[in-house]
Amino acid sequence: MMRLELALDLFPLAAATLAAATCGLLGNFLLLRRMSLMGDAISHSVLPGLVVAFLVTGTRSPLAMFAGAAIAGLATVLLIEAIRRHGRVEPGAAMGVVFSLFFALGVLLIERASARQVDLDPDCVLHGQLETLVWYGAPKEWSEILAWDTLAAAPATLWTLVGVGMASALFVAILFKELRLAAFDPALATAQGFSAGLLHAMLMGFVAAATVASFEAVGSILVVAMLVCPAATARMLTDRLSSQVWMSVAIAIASAWLGYLAATAVPAAFGLDSVNAAGSIAVVSGLLLAVAAMAGPEHGVVVRVLRRRRFARSIACEDLLAALYRAREAGRDEVDLAAASALLAPARATDAIRRAEQRGWIARRADRLTLTDAGIVESASLVRRHRLWETYLVEEAGLAPDHVHDTAEKLEHAPIDIDLDAATDPQGKRIPRGE
Amino acid sequence: MRSPPTTIAASLPEVGDAVPTWPAMLDTLLFRAGFNTSVVVAGTTLLGLAAGVVGLLALLRKRSLMADALGHATLPGIAIVFLAASALGASGRSMPLLLAGAAASGIAGMLAVQAILRFTRLREDAAIAIVLSVSFAIGVVLLSIVQATAPAGAAGIHHLIYGQTAAMRAADAIAMGAIAALSLLAARLFLKEFALVAFDEPFARSEGWPIGVVDLAMMSLVVVVTVVGLQAVGLILVVAMLIIPAAAARFWTERLSTLLWLSAGFGAAGGYLGAVVSALLPRKPAGAVIVLVAGSIFAASMLLAPSRGLLAAAARRGRLRLRIAAEHVLESAFEAWRRDRRSPIVDAAALAEIARERGWTAWMRIAVRAWLRAAGFATRDAAGIKLTAKGLVRGAAVSRNHRLWEQYLVSHADLAPSHVDWSVDQVEHVLSPELVASLEGQLRERGIEVPRLQLRPGEPA
Repeated sequence: MMRLELALDLFPLAAATLAAATCGLLGNFLLLRRMSLMGDAISHSVLPGLVVAFLVTGTRSPLAMFAGAAIAGLATVLLIEAIRRHGRVEPGAAMGVVFSLFFALGVLLIERASARQVDLDPDCVLHGQLETLVWYGAPKEWSEILAWDTLAAAPATLWTLVGVGMASALFVAILFKELRLAAFDPALATAQGFSAGLLHAMLMGFVAAATVASFEAVGSILVVAMLVCPAATARMLTDRLSSQVWMSVAIAIASAWLGYLAATAVPAAFGLDSVNAAGSIAVVSGLLLAVAAMAGPEHGVVVRVLRRRRFARSIACEDLLAALYRAREAGRDEVDLAAASALLAPARATDAIRRAEQRGWIARRADRLTLTDAGIVESASLVRRHRLWETYLVEEAGLAPDHVHDTAEKLEHAPIDIDLDAATDPQGKRIPRGE
Repeated sequence: MRSPPTTIAASLPEVGDAVPTWPAMLDTLLFRAGFNTSVVVAGTTLLGLAAGVVGLLALLRKRSLMADALGHATLPGIAIVFLAASALGASGRSMPLLLAGAAASGIAGMLAVQAILRFTRLREDAAIAIVLSVSFAIGVVLLSIVQATAPAGAAGIHHLIYGQTAAMRAADAIAMGAIAALSLLAARLFLKEFALVAFDEPFARSEGWPIGVVDLAMMSLVVVVTVVGLQAVGLILVVAMLIIPAAAARFWTERLSTLLWLSAGFGAAGGYLGAVVSALLPRKPAGAVIVLVAGSIFAASMLLAPSRGLLAAAARRGRLRLRIAAEHVLESAFEAWRRDRRSPIVDAAALAEIARERGWTAWMRIAVRAWLRAAGFATRDAAGIKLTAKGLVRGAAVSRNHRLWEQYLVSHADLAPSHVDWSVDQVEHVLSPELVASLEGQLRERGIEVPRLQLRPGEPA
């Protein structure tokens, strides 16, 4: 059912893939430097550059458009930096001031252009017009697309994207170590002999170039999304910058393909009109990010909730064992079920008792709980930890003996491997021997 | 996805193609240019005032770009309401409904930013960029569905992206007045509480202040102003009205209450002048003109503000450089005079020597000489300049300062003598009298005579 048409789909897909991969790659370093919004600023700011380029040259040739947008993008970066530094304005506000002013200027200039009956539409700057990249004169067969004369017919936008993408990839590949150091510790980077400031300026230059090259094909909204979402998604999945960079590029490309299919082929399969592809790609990248944030292996919300719950359960179980051990010390070998439950958080009591039973630490007869032999060993080491912590807090941390119990109650779940060589705790209770 | 560019032509009723006449200008400025124009001018002025107040709160809390995320996040709500209303057979162009949708999805976007900050390890800039781009993309996708199903409705939605100031009615202007009054009142009443939360959140938290409530109140005001501003200037430029006046006001003062009034005033001025200009000039979209007027206020503030402005800072730096340069001349003239006791003249050759040593430009030399004369430290002389008694006293003070700092750094700061240079600070301002006396003693032991502090004109040091 879902078929891609060569003439209709190849160039948009190629443009989306290239733009997504380039922006996804560079976005990693913006994310590190907390400048993810730079893409937003630049992509709004290119509008006056485009209009001026048009008003000056009188054509909508890609070269003029690219030059105008690039100048506007560069001016944005420099102005933001100047206002931030010399005006001591907060970075967010400096960005907001510059890009909204540029955008307003663009809207005003467009009125002049439209007065000349020219179709220059801010919509295409914002939303992108992937769908208009139709390949007139496309070959009939996919196998023919690598022929030179067919490739030569590809729109200039695509070649710009190829160039900027390859340059960005080279930039990151060659200067990866330097970029990493400059992002994490600019002072050390500068001390080691390469200027973090220069590197930052180069990065900004590449971001501006990628934004400008991409927006014509895919629209600024996709650029902004691709500069932040894939990198952020990869950040959810790994702690290593090098793997984050690889993953972000892969995620960006996957977003481009999935989003494009979701916008064109899927609605077509159900007989519906296609929707805006650039928007759909950005939405998919957002969805991927949401999935990674929920289900990420180490930092995902689900994993963290499970981990916390597991921890809470084991703490409740340990509290139960310790309580039974103390009762035993006081001469009561059996404890009433209700009394034991009352010691624990109501939501955890049943679970803690079942867990201790399953592990063979307690035996349950009717409504009475007793520690088994294994349970005595386990709980003795717990109480030992508690009393060692108490001793530590009094002797080493200088707390008053009557203030340490609550703190030790929390610390007892953490291992203590300090040799305190004490037989009794500050309250004079015997510290059980380990094992 | 194309629409004719005229959809953003939000120009006010045209008054002709020519440059407006003075009477026409005055009429518009004084609300005499017809009811509709007056309504628009009043409405945008009030909107600017409200945005100035609310934007200042956001700026102080370092949440300026939150407004940006919020503005973009209104689009899906607008599109959803339109599609839902059309599907239910109602008119999708009902403005209150669309604005309610905008507010709802704006709030959802804000909550999404909070959730990202709370549950992931992403920072605020990334969170804002994610919400902004993804929610706007959702809006764009929905909008393309609107375009396909109800092309006429899409044009209405476009007015909310780019704004349509001219469509403002009296009721809208009254609503803007109410919002301006509300935000001004809220800001005045709770400025102290708000400042505490903005400037020292940990302290406010430890004092038991409801930080969540304060933030919620602020962001609700931002939502209200954004949604109301959508109609007038559009969702991208309303962000500018929230950010620019506040950032401009920040240059002028460090006092919070003054800051509030200034920001409100700049916002109102931007709205007022912008609307007037766009009423007078044909084919000028009011939203963009308002933002550019506000931007001019920002640029002027950044340049001209008395203490934080660029010109003031440059003047300060220039004065300091001049003072230091002049003191070099005074010091060396004083030293020479003390050595040979001839009249304290710095001749052209000596001046050139100092200039060469210090790397001064020709302009700097002229400026230093002018400065010395203007300050009464020197007079013109046939050979160059001649120090006055006042100049000698100052030279003595500078020389003394230099020596004492040198000795201090040698004896107390473990620096090699060759690395020591003088500082502009007066040694007596920094060190205790006992230490200064001991430094003087040490210098005397090394055979270096220090000029006394109270040197009377004409008296040998």
